[in-house]
Amino acid sequence: MSMEGYETVIGLEVHCELKTASKLFCGCRNAFGDAPNTNVCPVCLGLPGSLPVLNRHAVELAIRIGLALNCAVKPSNFHRKNYFYPDMPKDYQISQYDEPLNEGGSLELPDGTVIGITRAHMEEDTGKSTHLGSSGRIHGAENSLIDYNRSGVPLVEIVSEPDMRSGVQARAYAAELRAILMAVGATDGRLEEGSMRIDANVSVRKPGKPFGTRCEIKNLNSLRSLQRAIEYEAQRQVNLLEAGERIAQETRHWDEAAGRTGTMRSKEEAYDYRYFPEPDLVPLVPEEDWLAEIAASMPALPKQRRQNLLDLCGADDQATKDLVATVVDRDLDPLVIEATLAGAPAALALARAANELDATAGLPSGPSFARTVALEASGTLSATQAKAVLGVLATRPTDDPEAVAKELGFEQLSDDTLLTTIAAVLEANPEEWARYRDGDDKLAQFFIGKVMAATKGKANGKAVVAELVARRG
Amino acid sequence: MTTAIELAAAIKRGERSAVSVAEEAFAAISARDGEIHAFLSLGQDHAMEAAARVDAAVAQGAPLGPLAGVPVALKDNMCTKGWETTCASKILEGWKPPYDGTVVERLHAAGAIVVGKTNLDEFAMGSSTENSAFGPTRNPHDLTKVPGGSSGGSAAAVAAGFVPLSFGSDTGGSIRLPAAYCGTVGLKPSYGFISRYGLVAFASSLDQIGPFTTTVADAALSMEVVAGYDPKDATSINEAMPDFTGALSKGVEGLKVGVCADLLDGAAPDVARRVAEAAAVLEAAGATLVEVAVPELKLGLSAYYLLAPAEASSNLARYDGVRFGLREERDDVVAMNTATRTAGFGAEVKRRIMLGTYALSAGYYDAYYGKAQKTRTLILHALDRAYESVDVLLGATTPTTAFGFGDKVADPMSMYLSDLFTIPSNLAGHPAISVPFGTGDDAMPIGVQVLAPGKRDDLCLQVAAVLEAGAPR
Ligand SMILES: [Zn+2]
Repeated sequence: MSMEGYETVIGLEVHCELKTASKLFCGCRNAFGDAPNTNVCPVCLGLPGSLPVLNRHAVELAIRIGLALNCAVKPSNFHRKNYFYPDMPKDYQISQYDEPLNEGGSLELPDGTVIGITRAHMEEDTGKSTHLGSSGRIHGAENSLIDYNRSGVPLVEIVSEPDMRSGVQARAYAAELRAILMAVGATDGRLEEGSMRIDANVSVRKPGKPFGTRCEIKNLNSLRSLQRAIEYEAQRQVNLLEAGERIAQETRHWDEAAGRTGTMRSKEEAYDYRYFPEPDLVPLVPEEDWLAEIAASMPALPKQRRQNLLDLCGADDQATKDLVATVVDRDLDPLVIEATLAGAPAALALARAANELDATAGLPSGPSFARTVALEASGTLSATQAKAVLGVLATRPTDDPEAVAKELGFEQLSDDTLLTTIAAVLEANPEEWARYRDGDDKLAQFFIGKVMAATKGKANGKAVVAELVARRG
Repeated sequence: MTTAIELAAAIKRGERSAVSVAEEAFAAISARDGEIHAFLSLGQDHAMEAAARVDAAVAQGAPLGPLAGVPVALKDNMCTKGWETTCASKILEGWKPPYDGTVVERLHAAGAIVVGKTNLDEFAMGSSTENSAFGPTRNPHDLTKVPGGSSGGSAAAVAAGFVPLSFGSDTGGSIRLPAAYCGTVGLKPSYGFISRYGLVAFASSLDQIGPFTTTVADAALSMEVVAGYDPKDATSINEAMPDFTGALSKGVEGLKVGVCADLLDGAAPDVARRVAEAAAVLEAAGATLVEVAVPELKLGLSAYYLLAPAEASSNLARYDGVRFGLREERDDVVAMNTATRTAGFGAEVKRRIMLGTYALSAGYYDAYYGKAQKTRTLILHALDRAYESVDVLLGATTPTTAFGFGDKVADPMSMYLSDLFTIPSNLAGHPAISVPFGTGDDAMPIGVQVLAPGKRDDLCLQVAAVLEAGAPR
């Protein structure tokens, strides 16, 4: 059965772990991957008599998120969300309820679609349970181990309006949101480590009709799962409706391996959280001059940075846009801009940054990258040679690219050697040469390959083509 | 009975050794605490070591803290590092906190010798100390009478002459009521003057630690030691403290004392008579008496018995058997939580958890918790208005003298009514003191209560000093 005649309606709730040095309400280290239960104290273990004290840096990051999402930053309050769960040490979560820090914003997707942001509020994370037993879930587990290192880690929950209409669009929203959160320094954006956790509210309807009954899919931990889960869930709901059945409002989980969603708990089992104002904390009222200071220190956001690069390249074709998106996503735009300002062609710098640089392997310094691109542009280095030089600069970022080229044996090919080599290649491949002369331009690539092989990659591809064209007459 | 001030001075001058003072305290306890049961646990070894350190410091002429060598008792809801802290509950039996509360740290720093942890109504919920899971405390003036509660053990320890100074906590009268029943001074300071860090929470927005002493001057001295800003408590007041000791000698000349019928309404005739005599003492000392009506105070009891249980229902959620205290093993976590809490909590604690859970539930929140919060604001405003025309309010601490064991156990409402006059100060966050003022027809002690505006604990002490001097012998 298809989705024909139906529209999917999606709203996302994204939990973002803030990259602070310490936790939200105590001085314990906020770090992923440490030995279990080593970053804990009376406060984040919820021991009797302990009290929370709000981390100012976490508030600053939350405000940055609010400003980046065009929200109104307001005086706010913390509430207690009460429910029993073993990985939540106090059996309540300190969260924001009816007075969130950030309210009413928007996020513009790269294609220009604007998605409404309902709110972006602060809360504390829970500990992490590991259930030993067949199912891997709490029911049926033989033993459960709890690591409270994550307990009290600061989170911001970003709630969107139900403005998305497809899994692809939801994925684009999550990707753009991730880029924004990383740009403002709020998170490292590592979904697989749980730095960003996504819940999706999905419903279907006939266009123009009121919203359908929604289901919430919990804890999607990759962009791919997000898209797949939404597409599966929408189809499931359409199938039910087409079969004349009702959709039950419920919370569902996504089974990545099976590629489908399943029931976690129904609306009837929903908790009554008994929210009330957290009496251990005072209202959070950011001072005006602090807000102004934060606003003044806001970095350029991904959308602006992409536009800056496109302007620099003077192009807006899809291929360039894709390269630009890659470069900005990897925070490589400052290198491209520096190279361009130093005189290298923007398009070439963009292509090399997008395809050759890898932050995990190491990045060249700005001047070294700029110089390498410039050497390639002037024909001093071939494309192959330039890429090899960039490879070396990954581990020796400030080395002089010309020295590196020399070290790699990339002396510049003399014109004589190049012409002799081309002549030899043409002589060795008379059939191809004849076809090329008859207008089969594709063969240029064949000759470049041969010349490159003969010169061990030292030849400049453009110079080879120029010579071929000249000889064809 | 020697006061804390006299003891500290004698030890400092070398007339008494701290070790002999501590030995005397433990001798008195072992002689009489079998019948009184003020203490749940004693810390003799640590106390004797600490006393020896004080004596060594005296011998060396080293600087001494203001309470050096003074034996002190702590209500067993104040966290002491490595020393069992039970809240008189089976659910915390055997739990040893890994940290000292702020008040405990400040007492240690002042040279005080902590001799033991005192009995209380379980989790400070009660007015008689009959709700202790480890048996009641008896009133040293008449062993057939209750000492009041919830800090009954701390009041009895001072009244029996075991220690000159003890600390309790006051959520709705839990210091002032037992102070009145046992004939000691009991001060509930302004909310935020004494850090709650390390005080096991009952109702966070109302709880406040305070001293029991035999003299008003000792109460002032203990405030000098423990009051003041604590960065570990977000609700702690970050301002300079008033001059507590300086207030003692100011007298009441020119002070306007509001004699408040609403703090007498329903009091037994012998209690009302003593309050009238107290007013006369103040008038004779130069104060002007003003009749003040604050009818809103009557609403306090109902508001309190919604707000305090609501907060308690959340504060006591953490006793779930997962991390500390009692655990009743069961096959799954929900059954374990339920069995642990069923076995671990006493009847009154369960009653208040249920009351509070109900008051916060969806659909009832506005009618109960919401309305109670509005009532709290109403009472605060009513007191503010009263303090426009008077400096302090005078009334009874309790409607009657100490009652007999079992008299009110079967009727929680009559027990709750004992707190009628003390609750308004907790709801407003204001200071109030109970000063012994003669006895009733049954020869049991009577306390009169002085209420002052927020942060004016010095005014309470100032008036109390005059009442103390003029009290019937
Ligand atoms: Zn911690």
